[in-house]
Amino acid sequence: MSIQEFLIPLLATAITAGTPILYAAIGELITERAGIINLGVEGIMLVGAVSGFMAAIATGSPWMGLLASMLAGGAVALIHAFLTITLRANQVVSGLSLTIFGTGLSGYLGKSYIGIPVAKPFDIMPLGPLAKIPIIGPIFFQHDILVYISYGLVIVLWYYMYRTRPGLNLRALGENPAAMDALGINVFLLRYIYVVVGGMFGGVGGAYLSLAYAPSWLENMTAGRGWIAVALVIFALWNPLRALLGSYLFGGIDALGFRLQVLNVQISPFFLKMLPYLFTVLVLVVVVARHKGRLSTPGALGLPYDREER
Amino acid sequence: MNQSLIQLQGIVKKFPGVLANDHVDLDICSGEIHAILGENGSGKSTLMSILAGLYRPDDGNILVNGVEQKFRSPKDAIDCGIGMIHQHFKLVEPFTVAENITLGEKQTSFILASKKLNDRIIELGIKYGLEINPDAKIWQLSVGEKQRVEIVRMLYRGSKVLVLDEPTAVLTPQEAAELFENLRKMAMAGCAVVLITHKLNEVEAVADRVTVLRQGKVAGVLEKHQINAQEMVRLMVGRSVVMQYARSSSSVGKVVLELNKVKALNDMGLPCLREMSLRVREGEVLGLAGVSGNGQREMAEIIAGLRLIQSGEVLLNGQSISNLSPRAIIDLGVAYVPEDRLGMGLVPDLNTLDNLILKNYHRPEYSGRWLLKPRAVQQNADTLVKQYQVKLASLLQPVKLMSGGNLQKLLLAREISSSPKLMVIVYPARGLDIGATEAVHKLLLELKQQKTAILLISEDLDEIFKLADRVGVVFNGQLTGEFPVEQADLEEVGLLMTGSRTARERINDNEPAHS
Ligand SMILES: Nc1ncnc2c1ncn2[C@@H]1O[C@H](COP(=O)(O)OP(=O)(O)OP(=O)(O)O)[C@@H](O)[C@H]1O
Ligand SMILES: [Mg+2]
Repeated sequence: MSIQEFLIPLLATAITAGTPILYAAIGELITERAGIINLGVEGIMLVGAVSGFMAAIATGSPWMGLLASMLAGGAVALIHAFLTITLRANQVVSGLSLTIFGTGLSGYLGKSYIGIPVAKPFDIMPLGPLAKIPIIGPIFFQHDILVYISYGLVIVLWYYMYRTRPGLNLRALGENPAAMDALGINVFLLRYIYVVVGGMFGGVGGAYLSLAYAPSWLENMTAGRGWIAVALVIFALWNPLRALLGSYLFGGIDALGFRLQVLNVQISPFFLKMLPYLFTVLVLVVVVARHKGRLSTPGALGLPYDREER
Repeated sequence: MNQSLIQLQGIVKKFPGVLANDHVDLDICSGEIHAILGENGSGKSTLMSILAGLYRPDDGNILVNGVEQKFRSPKDAIDCGIGMIHQHFKLVEPFTVAENITLGEKQTSFILASKKLNDRIIELGIKYGLEINPDAKIWQLSVGEKQRVEIVRMLYRGSKVLVLDEPTAVLTPQEAAELFENLRKMAMAGCAVVLITHKLNEVEAVADRVTVLRQGKVAGVLEKHQINAQEMVRLMVGRSVVMQYARSSSSVGKVVLELNKVKALNDMGLPCLREMSLRVREGEVLGLAGVSGNGQREMAEIIAGLRLIQSGEVLLNGQSISNLSPRAIIDLGVAYVPEDRLGMGLVPDLNTLDNLILKNYHRPEYSGRWLLKPRAVQQNADTLVKQYQVKLASLLQPVKLMSGGNLQKLLLAREISSSPKLMVIVYPARGLDIGATEAVHKLLLELKQQKTAILLISEDLDEIFKLADRVGVVFNGQLTGEFPVEQADLEEVGLLMTGSRTARERINDNEPAHS
C-alpha cells in the first residue's frame, strides 16, 4: 500500500472526524470569549444530536434536522445563561449539571430511534473543480456540505472577532465586563446572546455526528467529544484558527486509530480508542507548560458580573 | 454662576446595612470645577456612580438641564453627556489604547477603521495636551498614562460633564498639575468637571466650589472665596487634624535591610529591577518616591519572598534572605503591607478573626494539634481591634465590607503586632481620608520609635516628606537619587520621579549613585 493510499484517506477522515469537535469548540470559544464557561457542551451536543436526528426522520430533510439541533442546543444553553448570568450561579456547577441533564434527556428521547437509519443524511458532495485538485481536493473538498460551512464559519468568526466592532465588544466582554457596562454596553443582553449562539453551534456539532459522520442515533454517541472541545478551546488560546487546527489534529488521531484497526495492526483497539483522550491531556500539559500559565485566557472568564457588587 | 447643568435632588442609596447616600443634593454648573470632599465611606463614589447611571438610587431625582432623567444604565447617562473616570480604571488591559477608546462607540462603522480613529485620537491629544500612542497596549502604560486614556475617551465621546474619582491618588505632583491644567481647559470649553479627592491643597488650587459629604449627608457647600483647609476639615470630620508631625529623631542603629545590585523580572518577564541597591537601618524610615510601575512593587515582593531575584542579594541583619520562602522571611521578622490590601494583604471574604491570624495561625498560641483555639483567636482580635481603633460592624463580617481606612488599620494591626524588625509598606495612605491617614502615619512613627526599620514606598511626596528620614527616588528599576530629608527638594524629587533627564544628569554629576 502506498503512502498516498494511506495518508490521503487518513487526512480526509481527520477532517470529518474533527468537524463535530470543531463546531462544538467554536461554540465554546464564543461563549468563553463572552466570559462564560459552559461545561455543558457534552450535554448540548447530545441533545443536538438526538433532536437533529428526530427532526430529520420526521421531516425527511437533514436541513430541518440541523435547524432542530440548533434550536435544541440554544435552548439548553439558555438555561445555562439564565442560571449563570441572571442568577449568577457558579458556572462550573451549572455546566456540569447541564451535561448530566443533556445526557439523560437525549437517552430518553432517543430510546425508540436506536438502530433506525436516516433516509437522507448530509451526503458527500465534491466541491466542483476544487475537488479535482490533486492531493488537496480529496483531503479538503470531497466532504459533505457541513464541512464546507465550517471552513467558512472559522474564517468569518476570525474576521468578526478581530476586525469588526461587535467582535471587539465580544472580546472585551470576557476581559472586563465592568468596563463595558460603564461604557453603556448591555453586558447582560450580549452575554445571553453569545451563550445561546454558542449552544447552537454545540447543537450543530452533535447533529453532525448523527446526520453526517455516522448517520444514526446511539446513546452517548458523542463519547466525550464535548469535553475534548472544551479542552481544545484552551489549546486554541481562544483563537478560531487554532481551534480549526486543533480539531483536525484530534480528528487525525481518532482517524489513525480507526485506520490502524482496519489494517489489522496488532494493537488493542481499546488502546487506539483511548488515543484522542490521552492526546487531549498531553496537548493541554504542553500548551499550559509552554505558556507558563500565562495563557491568553479572557480576564473575566468564569466570574459572574454584578453591577453593584463591591 | 452659570445655570445648573446637573442637579441631584434628595438622592438616597442604601446598601445592605449602610445608608451610603442620605438625601444628597448637588448642583453642578457648566464651566466650573466642582470638588467633592468627604472621609472614606462618606458616599462620594456612590453618589457619582448614581450620576453615571451605574447604581440606581432608591430615591431622589436627577435633572439634566432642568429636565428630569431616569438613568436605567450607564448608557442613559452617557447619552446625557455624562462621563466618569472611576476610582478603579475601566480599561481592557490586553487591548490597545485606540481599541479602548472606540469601545462601545455608537453609530460607527461595523468594521474597525483604525487609521481614522488613530488620527482622531492624536488630534484630540494635541488639542488638550494629552498625547498618547494609540497603538500601545494598556498593560504597558503607567497609571498616569492609563488615566490619560480615560480622559481622552471621555473627550472623544464628547462628554459635557466629566466626573473624576480620586484621579490624583496615583499621580506625581507634576502629572497632577498637568491634569489640573487640562481640566481647567475643559471647563473653559464649557464642560463641567467634578473632582473627588482627599487632598485639600488640590481643592484649594483648582476648585470653584466644594461640596463636603459626611456620613452620606451633605455637610456643607463652599463657594470659591470660602474655600480653606481648616473649614473643609471641620466640615469633613468635625474636628481638627494634625497636618505636620513632630519629627522625633530616634537613634538610628545598625543596617537591617540591605539590597545589593538586585536584578529581577516583572510579571511580563521584562526586567523591572536593574541593579537596585539600598539600605535601611534600625529606627529609620527610608521613603522611596517613584511613579508606580518603576519596580517598587516588585522590590517589596522580593523582600517579602514573593518574587525571585535573578542576581544580587537581599540581606536581613547581615543574613541572606534572597529567594527564601515567605514563611521563612516572616519568621525572621519582616512585616509587609502590600499595595493591594484586599487582594494580597487580606482575604476579602474571610472575617476579621481569621484575617488577623493569617500569618501565625500555625503557632502554638492559636492552634493545637489539629484545631484552632477559638478563644485565643477571639481574644487576639478583640485586643487588636480595640488597640488600633478599627471601626467595624462585627468581627464576624467579611472584611471586604469595611471602608478603605479601616482595612488599612486592620492590616497594620496584624503586621505591627508581630513586632517586626523590618516593615515594608507600600502606598500606606493611598485612597485614605485625612483622619485615617493621620492614624496610619502615627502608627508608623510609633513603630519607628520601637527601632523597627521601615521601608516606605509611596508616590505621595507630602507623605514621604512627613515621615521619612531619608528620601530615595526610584526610576526604571534603579535608585536615581537619595537625600537626607532635610536636604531633599520637593521639586527636584518630583523631576527625578519622572526620569527627567536634566535632573538625572545633575545627580550623576554631583552625587554618584548610591550603593
Ligand atoms: N457595592 C456596595 N455594596 C455594599 N456596600 C457598599 C457598596 N459600595 C459602597 N458601599 C458602602 O457605602 C458606603 C459609601 O461608600 P463609597 O464608596 O461611596 O465611599 P467613598 O466616599 O467613595 O469612600 P472612599 O473615599 O474610600 O472612596 C461605605 O460604607 C461602603 O462600605
Ligand atoms: Mg470612593
